[in-house]
Order: sequence, then C-alpha cells, then structure tokens
Amino acid sequence: MYTKKKCVAMLLAGGQGSRLYALTKNVAKPAVSYGGKYRLIDFPLSNCTNSGIDTVGVLTQYQPLVLNEYIGNGQPWDLDKLNGGVHVLPPYETQSGASWYEGTANAIYQNMRFIERYDPEYVVVLGGDHIYKMDYSKMVDFHVANNADCTISVIDVPKAEASRFGIMICDENNKVTDFVEKPKEPKSTLASMGIYVFSWDKLKKYLIENENDANAKRDRGEAWSKDFGKDIITSMLRDNQRLFAYEFEGYWKDVGTLDSLWEANMDLLSPSVPLDLYDPSWKIYSRSNYNPPQYIGDSAEVENSMIAEGSIINGTVDFSILFSGVTVEEGATVKYSIVMPGTVIKSGAVVEYAIVGEDCVIEGGAHIGKSPEQIENKDDWGIAVVGHNITVSDGKSVEPKQIIGENI
Amino acid sequence: MSVNYNVLGLIFASMHDSYVSELTNQRTMGSIPFGGRYRLIDFPLSNFVNSGVSEVGVITKSNYGSLLDHLGSGRDWDLARKKGGLHLLPPYSQTGGIYKGRLDALSNIWSFVEHAFAKYVILANCDIVTSIDFTPVLKQHMSTGADITLVYSKAHYDSEKNSFATILEFDENNRLTGTMVNPKISGECNQWLDMLIISKDFLRSIVSEAESKNLYSFTKEILQNNVDKYKILGYEHKEFFMRIDNNENFYEANMLMLDAEKRNALFKKKTPVYTKVGDNAPVKYGLEANVKNSLIADGCIIEGTVENSVLFRGVKIGKGTVVKDAIIFQGSEIGANCKITGLIADKNVKIDDDKVVTGSAASPLYLKKGAKIS
Repeated sequence: MYTKKKCVAMLLAGGQGSRLYALTKNVAKPAVSYGGKYRLIDFPLSNCTNSGIDTVGVLTQYQPLVLNEYIGNGQPWDLDKLNGGVHVLPPYETQSGASWYEGTANAIYQNMRFIERYDPEYVVVLGGDHIYKMDYSKMVDFHVANNADCTISVIDVPKAEASRFGIMICDENNKVTDFVEKPKEPKSTLASMGIYVFSWDKLKKYLIENENDANAKRDRGEAWSKDFGKDIITSMLRDNQRLFAYEFEGYWKDVGTLDSLWEANMDLLSPSVPLDLYDPSWKIYSRSNYNPPQYIGDSAEVENSMIAEGSIINGTVDFSILFSGVTVEEGATVKYSIVMPGTVIKSGAVVEYAIVGEDCVIEGGAHIGKSPEQIENKDDWGIAVVGHNITVSDGKSVEPKQIIGENI
Repeated sequence: MSVNYNVLGLIFASMHDSYVSELTNQRTMGSIPFGGRYRLIDFPLSNFVNSGVSEVGVITKSNYGSLLDHLGSGRDWDLARKKGGLHLLPPYSQTGGIYKGRLDALSNIWSFVEHAFAKYVILANCDIVTSIDFTPVLKQHMSTGADITLVYSKAHYDSEKNSFATILEFDENNRLTGTMVNPKISGECNQWLDMLIISKDFLRSIVSEAESKNLYSFTKEILQNNVDKYKILGYEHKEFFMRIDNNENFYEANMLMLDAEKRNALFKKKTPVYTKVGDNAPVKYGLEANVKNSLIADGCIIEGTVENSVLFRGVKIGKGTVVKDAIIFQGSEIGANCKITGLIADKNVKIDDDKVVTGSAASPLYLKKGAKIS
C-alpha cells in the first residue's frame, strides 16, 4: 500500500568522484567527508527533509558499501517513514538480464517503478556532490506557477568560469531557450546546478523515448548516451517543451576536485561565506557517532577553526577543519588543513595546506604540505593529500599536489 | 554485545532529587545535564545497553517533562525495540499519590515487571556516574545463588562533602552484615552504588510482602532488618565512579571530566555513552578564540577565552569575554567583553555584553534556566 506523494526526489549518488583520487578509493563521492561531521550526501538529504520531501530514491552504483551503511534506514535525516522515506536503489537483475546504470537518465529509467508506486506529480532530480542549502519546495512552487514541464535550478557564475558549466540561455521570463554544455564562448552566466524539477508524466515520456532512441543507436553502432543534461533536456528543448530556469541565490559549491573540496571546507571559516550550519531552522543532519565532547588542553592554541566531538587537542590548530575523534598532540601543528575522523597528528608533526584522510597516523617528524609562499613557481603549489588509513613516518614529507595512497 | 533477554533493567530516575534542589527545580535527577552533552540517565541506560540489556523500565516521580523529552522513544540508545525496549513508568501509587520508596514504587509498576520475559532484574539510580559491565555481576549472582547482589565500590567517603551514602559491611564470604545510611564518618568504606541484581521471583516475594505490611523502604526493610534472613552478597566495582548528590559535587564531577584519565574511565571506545542526538554543527573557534583545559560540546561558537570550563551544546561566547571555572548548559549565550568566573549557568541563560559575574570554584554561583543578565 503506497500513498500518493506530490513530490518524489531521485538522488544520483553513483558518482565515482575520480578527481578526488585517494579519498574516493573505497567510497562513492557522495560519501566523502565534509565540514567536520558531514558527508556530502547529508546536504541533499537534509534539504529534502527541510523542504518537506519525504520520499527519496538514492541511485548508487560505485563502491556502495559505505554509502549504504551510512544511509541505513534514513533515520538521521528523519527519512525513516511508514510511507516513503529514503530507499537505496542499486542496479539490479531482471529476467532480461542485469545492467549497470548507463548514465543518469538510464538510472532513473530503470527505477520508474519505484517512482510510479507513489504516483507523484513532480519528480525532483538531485546530485550528491554539492554543498548548498536550498528549499526545493520553493522551486516546485516556481515550477507549478510557470506551468513548466521542467525547471532547472541555475546559479549566476563569474563569466570567466562559465565555460566549466552547463549554461542556460533564457528569455526575460526565465524560459530556457537554449542549453549548452561547457561552452567555449558562453552566451550567459546562468550555470545549471544539476537540480531539476520535472512534471512526472513529461519526464516519463522522455525517459522512455531516450532509452529507445539510445538503444536503437547502439544497435546501429552509432554514438549514444542516456544522460539528463545532454539528452533529456536537449530533447525537451527540441520539442518546445516549457523549460524554466530557477535562479538560486546563496552558497553553492561543487566539490569535484581536491582543491575545491579543500576550498569548500575553508569557506566554512570565512565570515563572508553565506553558509550557516548553526541555523536551527535548517539543520544539516548527519549520522552521528557517539563521542564525548572535545577536549582542548592547556597547551593548545586553537583559532579560526571548526572541530568536531571526540577530538583531543593539545597542539596548535589554525584555519582548519577537524573531524570527530582527531588527536593533535602537544607540539604538533595543523594549519589551513582538513583532518578526517580518527586521525592522530603526533607531537612535532606539521600539517599545512593539506587534506588528511580517516584513521591516519602522522608521526612526529613528518611534514605534510607547504604554504603557497614557500613555493617559487605558483603552478607547482597545490593541496597535499593523504588518503585513508595511512601512516606517514617520522622524517617523511608530502609535497604540495602530492597524493599519498600508501604508507610512507 | 549480543542481546540478553534474560535481564530487565530498572532505573529510578528521580531518586534523591531533593539533594540537588537547584538543578532539579525544573527537572528530575535523571535529566540533570552532565559532562557537556549528557544527562545523568545516559550513564545507567548506556551501561544496560552495553551489557546487552535491551529491556529497560524508567521509573519516574516528579518533574519528568524534561526526561520524557530527552528519552523520546529510546531510539538514541537503540532501545526503540519491538522485543524489549524502553518503557517509561509513571509514578502513581495504587494506593493513591506518588510512591514513597523503592518497594512502593516497584509494587506500583509490578505488572510491567511481571510481564517482562526476563528472569533477573537489575536496579540502578541516576546519581551514580560510572561505566560498568553488568555481565560479570550477573554471572556472580547466578553462580553464588545469592538472593540479592549489591554493587559497591571501595572509596573515600566524607559525610561533610556527600549528602548521601549507604555504607555496607561484608563478612569474609562477601556476605552483607551491616548497612549504614548517611553515617557521620570520613574514610575509605564500601559504598553501595545503588545498583543490585535480584531474580524476578525473589523480588516479587519481597515486594508483595512489603505491600501487605505497608512497608516501602528497600534499604531499611531488606538490607537492614532482614540481613540475616536473606543471602545478600556484594560485588565490588573497581572502576572510577562519581556520586552526584549536591550542587558542590555536581560541579566537581563535571570538572573531573577535564582529567583525561577520568574521562577515559567513563568514555571507553568499546562502550560508548549514548545520548540524545542534537544534530549540532562542529564547534567554531573564532579568530581571537583562546581555549585552555576545557570540554566543549558540538554547536558552540567561541570567540573569546575559555579556561577550566565545561560548555554544553550550542553555547555562544562573545569576543573579548573571559570564562573561567564555569559550567554552562545548552543554548546559553554570553555576550562580548564579559568576565565570568565560578558559574553554573543552567539552560538558555543570556548574559549581555560587558557583564561581570563572579563566583568561585569552591562555591560556584548558579543561574537558573532562562535567566537573563542585562
């Protein structure tokens, strides 16, 4: 027995996050840690709950173990519901064979039965790798008010960066007239945020059409794809469907690369960045681990940082984000860095401009990263990265841009 | 730990409320905040859960609104269960009014105990903060064939400092020979941790006998008046414990949490202390933050100086403010350029900019819930 839902959200969480290298070796990108106690997927899941969307399908494919365990029954996000709630939807086998998800549109196509159970009016399609707080219900209202078939959330980006995004060209009523993926010479600065609201009957029609067309192309040996931006949006535009751009104002950050992951964390320490994690009316929920409060010792110097529960700090921490259960011993220094859960920074170690993964041990004389001022050629500078469960021995150093995936 | 359906846990959430009257003005013993993010009931509850006891009854008395709010369905202790789980047991006596003592309370809730599948019952209070595994206690109880096994600790007791204690004497066979309540003594002695194991059958017999004779005090009727009749043995708990029985030792107990050794004795990796999840963001330290020897819970925003203090969830400390030797409960906010020393600030206290509040570690000031200094 399923009750009708106005809205169902489908969260595309299959991303491998290959540009996060060592950090996504064993976890899908949406399970990457962020902000001292969160994983990326906490943002869309919490946004759903705060927006009143209580039915969410999470489409997983790459390294789903951590993500599945993390989502569990959805209780931390209030998504353990009698009707609806969060459901992890991995690829599955049918009588006609098994198939991996062959693109974002295909992933939803393969789960149309999940959506149909709830007989929704609208389907919200989300990604799992952006940091932002957004009320999806306002976007749905906008969609309804415009009598739209599809609404795409957009953000105004600096002109110089526009060629990195899918760019929407709109008329004066925000009606989308054209869409170009990563244009060399952008005609607009409205970038797609990868957040869509579809009227379900229209989306269903185009998903089936795309599936059939792509399969036919594949049978003929032609190039094919089953992708939202590239195929579904383009087809709808071709057919003169009503596509609207919903302009989002606020903080939105893509964390596709190590540098952007580091920056997005550092943004939390900047008073000028409008991302408030302390607002009780729009909490970002996460699965909590039962640590006692953090202890800051007599010899500690902690400034301009965020530190999570269970950490024990006796050293110097400046401009850094420390996750739960991190130990910084007396005489150790952590600056401009992100240190993930359970890692120990031993006395005498220096960690600067770095991301250190979970459960690492940074021994006494080790030195991770360098500040940009210490590097002559600025192109050689970048974040130093230590993957998960790694020991960096006394006397070893990790250079800027270097990524360590094994003990050294 | 696997689940042990053979044991029922019972927690008296309101025992000794009157000893910490300021803190229990609007709450009960079990819901007194402790250690930055906990309530006292989290300790007995977590001890049960970590010992595999998955059916727990919480016996309330008065002022239990905040306790109900804290416990909810028991989900955060993994006690929202179909088989077993958390049960809140209201205080009303069959004879009318609120219960008078442990035996009376047990008689009131007997139908709950009777319907539990468990053969054994463990009783605990909320005023003892410790980490204990009940598995060896149960094992000893079963192997010795005792009627009652009392959990005690050998520790220093000073009637000047503690408001309450039950002191036990045992013979060479570990059998109880004497019980003293609140003796005027000072020195090392066997202090009952207000925990005991008893079979349901035996508990039924003493509760119904007490009911028929209109008796209600467990300590007096069982431990003192029937020490020869029943086989009452002791189990020594050799680990760190604290008894919270007045405002001064409440303050001291919180300050003891700044000591790594004590903290590690209470919060062990393998037996976490569970509590209500608050979904607070990590602590934010500002540009001029200066924190020394303090325990800070999630959701705090600290822009000033904090020393030798315990800050609960979501506390805000303004720029230029110096907080020393203080315990500040959840949601309290202290403005800029204040000087705060020796204070226990209850929940949601607001202190405006440029204020001076001076108490001392020896006798801390207390600001009640929601108090404003402006």
